[in-house]
Amino acid sequence: MTAVADGEPLIRWNWIGDHTDELTTLTLHHLKLALLPILFGLIIAIPLGIMCVRWRWLYPPTLGVANVLYGVPSLALFMLFIPYFGIGSGGQADFTIILPLTLFSLSVLVPNVVDGLRSVPEPVRQAATAMGFGTLRRLVQVELPIAVPVVIAGARVATVASISLVSVGVLIGNGGLGQEFIDGYSRDFTTPIIVSCVLIILLALFSDGVLVTAQRLLTPWARTRRSNG
Amino acid sequence: MNLTDQITAAWNWLTASSHWSGGDGIPHRLLEHLGYSALALAIAAVIALPLGALVGHTGRGGFIVVSFANLARAVPTLGLLLLVVTVTSIGLTPVIIPLIALAMPPILVNTYEGIRAVDADIKDAAKGMGMKGPGVLLKAEIPVAIPLILLGLRTAAIQVVATATIAAYAGIGGLGRYIVDGLARKDYPSVVGGSVLVVLLAVVVQLVFIGIRRAFVSQGLRGSSRTS
Repeated sequence: MTAVADGEPLIRWNWIGDHTDELTTLTLHHLKLALLPILFGLIIAIPLGIMCVRWRWLYPPTLGVANVLYGVPSLALFMLFIPYFGIGSGGQADFTIILPLTLFSLSVLVPNVVDGLRSVPEPVRQAATAMGFGTLRRLVQVELPIAVPVVIAGARVATVASISLVSVGVLIGNGGLGQEFIDGYSRDFTTPIIVSCVLIILLALFSDGVLVTAQRLLTPWARTRRSNG
Repeated sequence: MNLTDQITAAWNWLTASSHWSGGDGIPHRLLEHLGYSALALAIAAVIALPLGALVGHTGRGGFIVVSFANLARAVPTLGLLLLVVTVTSIGLTPVIIPLIALAMPPILVNTYEGIRAVDADIKDAAKGMGMKGPGVLLKAEIPVAIPLILLGLRTAAIQVVATATIAAYAGIGGLGRYIVDGLARKDYPSVVGGSVLVVLLAVVVQLVFIGIRRAFVSQGLRGSSRTS
């Protein structure tokens, strides 16, 4: 493999204009592959986290599994699902990427849900009980809202990581914008690699911004308290 | 191939004596893998630990540090690897650069947050005992922040060990060779076996850091909370 030829610019700007359709399709597919795991992860992590807080013995083994999952290379996780959903892009084969990333997101989300619920001060819990809240109502109206900042902190880490990790999927033929990495690499052509790197970073920053906004909307009291000093 | 077959195939692959010797043997690949990981982690720590400590101590530039770390987290490691390979050539540099970029954000953010969160009373007490800035940092702030600093190093180490797999894609060694070569040859036992080795290595790294934590964190700080 040779280095880029002399005189070849790092970026050929006209390439971007010629490939907008392709880049748009890949970007949308990339978002689907990266964000569905976060959605599935939240749907599983919230009840699982609640159970781990309720039944304490459940948490150490769950945390152990989460820590192991966190250390598994995403490529290795993708491998395990190939026999079930196949290789390629689109349709059923997307689950070869989506399910492993869901497992990865759980490794970040579950500990954060548990930490968030445990961050609820005991007096607040007792006050809710004293006001006649049952266990379920206290959970939904008091404990989960207080846990929101910690849960969203986890969701932000998981989302940014997921958007970056999807591109590894290209090694098994389905990596969203990662496709351009291989195209550029195989032709010693840096433009597609740089453009998709930048697009991936922008997707991550944008998604992160959406989550920060969601947190502000879900915890209006945080702002009130700050402005009151 | 169902899960049982996968496990059997990976087990047979892992226990075959031919896989335990020579240049493509497991011990040699494992050492290569550890070598790249340790080098990247060491360089990242040399840059990020003092920077995080300084920013946390002075309280200046915290916003920039956290924003930079978030941006760095978003950089796709594979893209950076292939970009550096295309611009330079195959070798150690294209592998080490993305791994450093991967390791720096957790070390930087955790060091900064750890130092920043040190109780003002502790700092006042240190000053009251006659310590100047560097003394406060080295003798009061860093020891109190050690649990978070270690957490940052642990997160970085695990990510680096898991991601060093892609070194194989830049044409050099490490456990990733089994995965990338196995994939190219459609040799799934090699792919699964290689993956199992990387997972085991990540678990060992976790255990090493638990041990370090036991050894270095003072009694009074045990049970400190975790952040990302």
